Amino acid sequence: MQLKEIFKNRKEPILNIYFTAGYPALESMPIILNSLEQAGVDMVEIGMPYSDPLSDGPTIQKSSAIALKNGISTSIIFEQLAKCESKIPKIMMGYFNAVLQFGVEKFCEKCQQNNIQGVILPDLPIPVYQEHYQTTFEKYGIAPIFLVTPETSEERIRYIDACSTAFIYAVSTSSTTGAGTGIQSAAAYLQKLQTMQLNNPILIGFNIGSKADFDFASQYAAGGIIGSAFIKQLENSTTLENDIQKFIKNIRPKN
Amino acid sequence: MKQDYNVDAAGFYGVFGGAFVPEMLYPNVEELQNSYLTILQEKSFQKELQQLLEDYVGRPTPLYFAKRLSAHYGAKIYLKREDLCHTGAHKINNALGQILLAKKLNKTRIIAETGAGQHGVATATACALMGIECCIYMGAKDVERQAPNVARMKMLGATIIPVESGSKTLKDATNEAIRDWINNPVDTHYIIGSVVGPHPYPDMVARFQAIISKEIKNQLKGDPSHVIACIGGGSNAIGAFYHYLSNKAVQLVGVEAAGQGIHTAKTAATLTLGTQGIIHACMTTLLQDKDGQIIEPHSISAGLDYPGIGPQHAHLHQTKRVNYHSVTDQEALNAALFLSKNEGIIPALESAHALAYLNKMEIKPTDKIVINLSGRGDKDLETLTKNLL
Ligand SMILES: Cc1ncc(COP(=O)(O)O)c(C=O)c1O
Repeated sequence: MQLKEIFKNRKEPILNIYFTAGYPALESMPIILNSLEQAGVDMVEIGMPYSDPLSDGPTIQKSSAIALKNGISTSIIFEQLAKCESKIPKIMMGYFNAVLQFGVEKFCEKCQQNNIQGVILPDLPIPVYQEHYQTTFEKYGIAPIFLVTPETSEERIRYIDACSTAFIYAVSTSSTTGAGTGIQSAAAYLQKLQTMQLNNPILIGFNIGSKADFDFASQYAAGGIIGSAFIKQLENSTTLENDIQKFIKNIRPKN
Repeated sequence: MKQDYNVDAAGFYGVFGGAFVPEMLYPNVEELQNSYLTILQEKSFQKELQQLLEDYVGRPTPLYFAKRLSAHYGAKIYLKREDLCHTGAHKINNALGQILLAKKLNKTRIIAETGAGQHGVATATACALMGIECCIYMGAKDVERQAPNVARMKMLGATIIPVESGSKTLKDATNEAIRDWINNPVDTHYIIGSVVGPHPYPDMVARFQAIISKEIKNQLKGDPSHVIACIGGGSNAIGAFYHYLSNKAVQLVGVEAAGQGIHTAKTAATLTLGTQGIIHACMTTLLQDKDGQIIEPHSISAGLDYPGIGPQHAHLHQTKRVNYHSVTDQEALNAALFLSKNEGIIPALESAHALAYLNKMEIKPTDKIVINLSGRGDKDLETLTKNLL
């Protein structure tokens, strides 16, 4: 399904799960994708591990370091995706330098071949994207996904909305990932976003770890993104399939 | 054609520079971009900084004619004595400039990264002077090898956070400081210690360090033939080069740390071995593998143990305005001992890299060589004595 249709057709809040490719084991990704699809997750965000993940807290720093030690790389991620049967809608998230060294055009082409519909590169400034890479992204049908935060001005939120084509990633609190402070304090900001009537739907991410957090976020937006809490679940997992089923059941009991 | 080596309106030096920050840092960086030039040009700001540089730092620092060194190498050799600055290195020039800026921006908390501990000490000093809370990130390995500076920062009232990730050195301390800033975007100013990071830091820090070459120009009769400086991120070097950049008669030389050698994996010779990419939110040259993962560097000198370099240096390298070379750990150690025994000056291990280059260059009797002695060696005594005596 296309990203646009997922948001249009949704009957309940969209659950987007982030995980780090190559973690806990080099070959974990295909298992994780299949399990998440079976558990009824709407879409996934595949994290491309980076040596120096500036926006990430300790949990994703650690999963990234382990994944790199396991031998993961951008090319291996695409090789694994090519062999993977799961049809779950996918986006990718990473740091711009890794994409730059892989080659932006080659990266977009590989994304298209592997049904990756959107890419989040938090450290790629919008003006640089527009000047150098937008035509390439468009050529391969890859949606750029941009972030807004509680400190983003209203004017800039409108600008980011105008630059977006799929959805806006609203960072719930001014923090790195996995701060674990919960998102209840973000109510005023989330309400502001909701009343702005933006053109693009919003998914809320960072600091969503429980059913309560996810339900809270879903009041204000199309859904939420869970990252660090999911990674933590995988940390001590002996059977990925079971633990993933259990984790998702906790977030969405009725499925 | 007049070549412009300074930053353009978009924050770039040719293809290098920019502000590759995540949205979480956008408002902080934008605030600095929009305000730094105005604040730096305010009369009251300039007056306050000037006063501090004179009365508190002890500027101008001497330009010392090194007689025995000159006799040994057969040319006129001068040392720009940044080691005589209060706190023992050039880092204080930038720390004081930025703390005054932070005050103008109504920030109530300061964070900084440090490698050798010199920038940490300078920042902790500036914070003690102004009565502002101070938090210093330092790689766990550097906490160990620069113990005297850790003790000094504690005396000055700073909180020191040892960083255990990655190579546990300057790169990782910088990562952690940036993460702190993401988590504290409103009240905190991040005092970066070198000409690295997102625009406007490379230009702002360069302006604060430019006083070094401004003074050399006043102190030296005529042009030097060479100005030589060591390069970690490149702030003392930019400071020493700044007012000579458009004067092609002056040869400018940057000296990187080769570590155990540029043919080994244990090196920090960024411009010699690196490629174009992004580190700490700026496009520059860095040590990275083919996948764009940053390679952990090595140098015996904590202040040079960094896998990137300021974007202006990447540009000056590409345009060939500055020549960049590297010297090994051992060559730097020997140079430190040589200066100590022949001039009675114990240099910082960082600065010893610049001194060591004298053994590698062709020297003419008519040469007038200025070496930027960026810091003193008190902090390195343990490393120096362990390796040399
Ligand atoms: C004495 C001294 N020189 C040089 C440096 C390297 O920094 P930069 O290249 O920014 O001058 C340091 C850094 O800690 C230092 O302490």
